[in-house]
Amino acid sequence: MNDMRLTERGVETKQIKMKARGVEVFYGDTHAIKSVDVDIEDHTVTAFIGPSGCGKSTFLRCLNRMNDTIDICRVTGDIHLDGEDIYDPRIDPVQLRAKVGMVFQKPNPFPKSIYDNVAYGPKIHGLARTKAELDEIVEKSLRRAAIWNEVKDRLDAPGTGLSGGQQQRLCIARAVATGPEVLLMDEPCSALDPIATAQVEELIDELRQSYSVVIVTHSMQQAARVSQKTAFFHLGTLVEFGETSKIFTNPEDPRTESYITGRIG
Amino acid sequence: MADITNSGTGGPRKSSLTESSAKIAKRKRADLILQGFGIGAILTAFTVLFILVASLVSTGYTAFVQTHVTLQVFVDPAEVAEERLPRGGFQEVLTASLLSNLPDADPESDARAVRNILSNGAQFYLRDRIVANPSLIGQTISITVPVSDPFDQLNKGNVDRATPEAQRRVNDREIGWFDALDTAGMIATPLNWGLITNADSRFPELAGLRGALVGTFWALLTCFLISFPIGIGAAIYLEEFAPKNKLSDFIEVNINNLAAVPSVVFGLLALAVFLNWFGLPRSAPFVGGLTLALMTMPTIIIATRAALKAVPPSIREAALGVGASKQQVVFGHVLPLAMPGILTGTIIGLAQALGETAPLLLIGMNAFITSAASSPFDASTALPTQIFIWADSPERGFVSRTSAAILVLLGFLVLMNGMAIYLRNKFERRW
Ligand SMILES: Nc1ncnc2c1ncn2[C@@H]1O[C@H](COP(=O)(O)OP(=O)(O)OP(=O)(O)O)[C@@H](O)[C@H]1O
Ligand SMILES: [Mg+2]
Repeated sequence: MNDMRLTERGVETKQIKMKARGVEVFYGDTHAIKSVDVDIEDHTVTAFIGPSGCGKSTFLRCLNRMNDTIDICRVTGDIHLDGEDIYDPRIDPVQLRAKVGMVFQKPNPFPKSIYDNVAYGPKIHGLARTKAELDEIVEKSLRRAAIWNEVKDRLDAPGTGLSGGQQQRLCIARAVATGPEVLLMDEPCSALDPIATAQVEELIDELRQSYSVVIVTHSMQQAARVSQKTAFFHLGTLVEFGETSKIFTNPEDPRTESYITGRIG
Repeated sequence: MADITNSGTGGPRKSSLTESSAKIAKRKRADLILQGFGIGAILTAFTVLFILVASLVSTGYTAFVQTHVTLQVFVDPAEVAEERLPRGGFQEVLTASLLSNLPDADPESDARAVRNILSNGAQFYLRDRIVANPSLIGQTISITVPVSDPFDQLNKGNVDRATPEAQRRVNDREIGWFDALDTAGMIATPLNWGLITNADSRFPELAGLRGALVGTFWALLTCFLISFPIGIGAAIYLEEFAPKNKLSDFIEVNINNLAAVPSVVFGLLALAVFLNWFGLPRSAPFVGGLTLALMTMPTIIIATRAALKAVPPSIREAALGVGASKQQVVFGHVLPLAMPGILTGTIIGLAQALGETAPLLLIGMNAFITSAASSPFDASTALPTQIFIWADSPERGFVSRTSAAILVLLGFLVLMNGMAIYLRNKFERRW
């Protein structure tokens, strides 16, 4: 399977969807991200790996300006989405977040019905003109998140009443429903069992057809399974970034090697 | 641990979980002492509360019933004529009826004393009946009217018949008359609806809380309509939108200070600003409500901010993450989740306002007003100020009515706090 992907990768020339240059993030005086350059390609799964506290989530949250909500957080440098600087003062972060969706580390469904959880995004962005259209979006999103069969009979039940893994898939459905161009996933499988994990990984692979996906993960296997590009972060710096197969088989930096072989962590 | 003996095998030391040591005994003793203190504190609080309520009930319960006399009245056309109904001789007609039941009273010299058995307001009961139905003139009708305060107290056993005649408000002859009526089965002591349906009066047997209840209603309504939206608005701004800097810290500290300002200060402020400067009417529940709103607002702001803070940040992130604007996040997600907490805080704030007396006294809501306010701009009393007025009145009837009014006030407080607890339990956090 990996081999197939490798050949696939070889023929496709991918567009760059998001481009980060010289990104620095400060939490007050803490320098959390130091001069990071990353290119996120379209129709690609990019994995961010690295030891806990190295700044993966922080960097991920820069990509949809989620860090704006943290008062003490300051971001400098350039991040472009399709050639537009997302930190340009003319950019509306709300509009940006509709294009760059996010699934959080901890499942966080709204305390509303399953249906409303998924329908919320399309509703506020006016993606559906009729109830039938909205129903269709909800069903399609739930199917993509591999949860439709489990919830189709209780769409009115509260989303918070689902199990942790189901909640996470509901959150994925919610993120997918707004039709984002980039999907950021922060450890989406940390609360899931192996079966649900496999389903989500399958979903990620499928999402790659239409979006560019960025996933933070602590599982080397997962990164190796789902991603085409991998970025290794360590202590706020981007140590190595490249083809997943290369990072895992033939890393250039000794720190990367120590980490993937389990010596830093 | 040190007192556990080593078995000497050289392996890890083992001890039985059932074995007690000095250390465990000490810890258990500390637990018991703490529990004892807690139970003691609760018992003390309940004892005090019980004494308070018991003393109020023991003086106030008599005000919940009212002595009435039922008379067969011949509505004499010579006294009561249709063309001059408003000032007809209703009192004379009632007195005549009483006299006919008291053979030993002299119709001439005792008329005044006999008339005083009835409440001064008795004539209005009859007048209202006749005005409503003038065809009753010339007929004999049965009517139940309140007796005056001295006889009410006599009936309720508050007059000691053994004390010398000169020290009583009713003399022996009057007692005789009353007893005669009583044996004739004309005296009854039904539930005193007048306590709620009558407005204030100079005569305790007629005085009721209607004016005070209506005044309190208008005042609390005004207070709610002003403090709720402003309080929530301020809290939302401070919590969700305001930048966190020196200024917002300063504002926060001062809102907390405001919540601690003695209410009389708000009363003085209202007197100076609302009455003297804006020229708003004195004694009006609207002004009372404004004043109470000043006091309730900090409570609501603090409660709302706490409720907003309690909404987990993950909900906000979730909404922001799908591209909701700040305003959509606040009004679509955070505020609904915080609502139970906000309502609880608001009700508690209003319950506080319900019992506030000092600021209302300062704006003149302790005026003597014998009709209920029909708008928030009419002069009126409120429950606490009515209690204040009655507590100041010397008549025996007002003493029990004061306690009864306090019980009514406490009843409303319990009701409001109960509602707050109900809301809190009903909308328990669901995440
Ligand atoms: N809200 C915040 N305020 C202050 N410091 C923060 C905040 N969030 C993160 N940090 C700091 O930034 C650094 C990077 O944190 P981040 O959450 O990005 O790590 P991570 O790589 O996602 O870790 P994990 O794998 O455990 O999720 C850490 O040192 C952390 O202490
Ligand atoms: Mg993280």
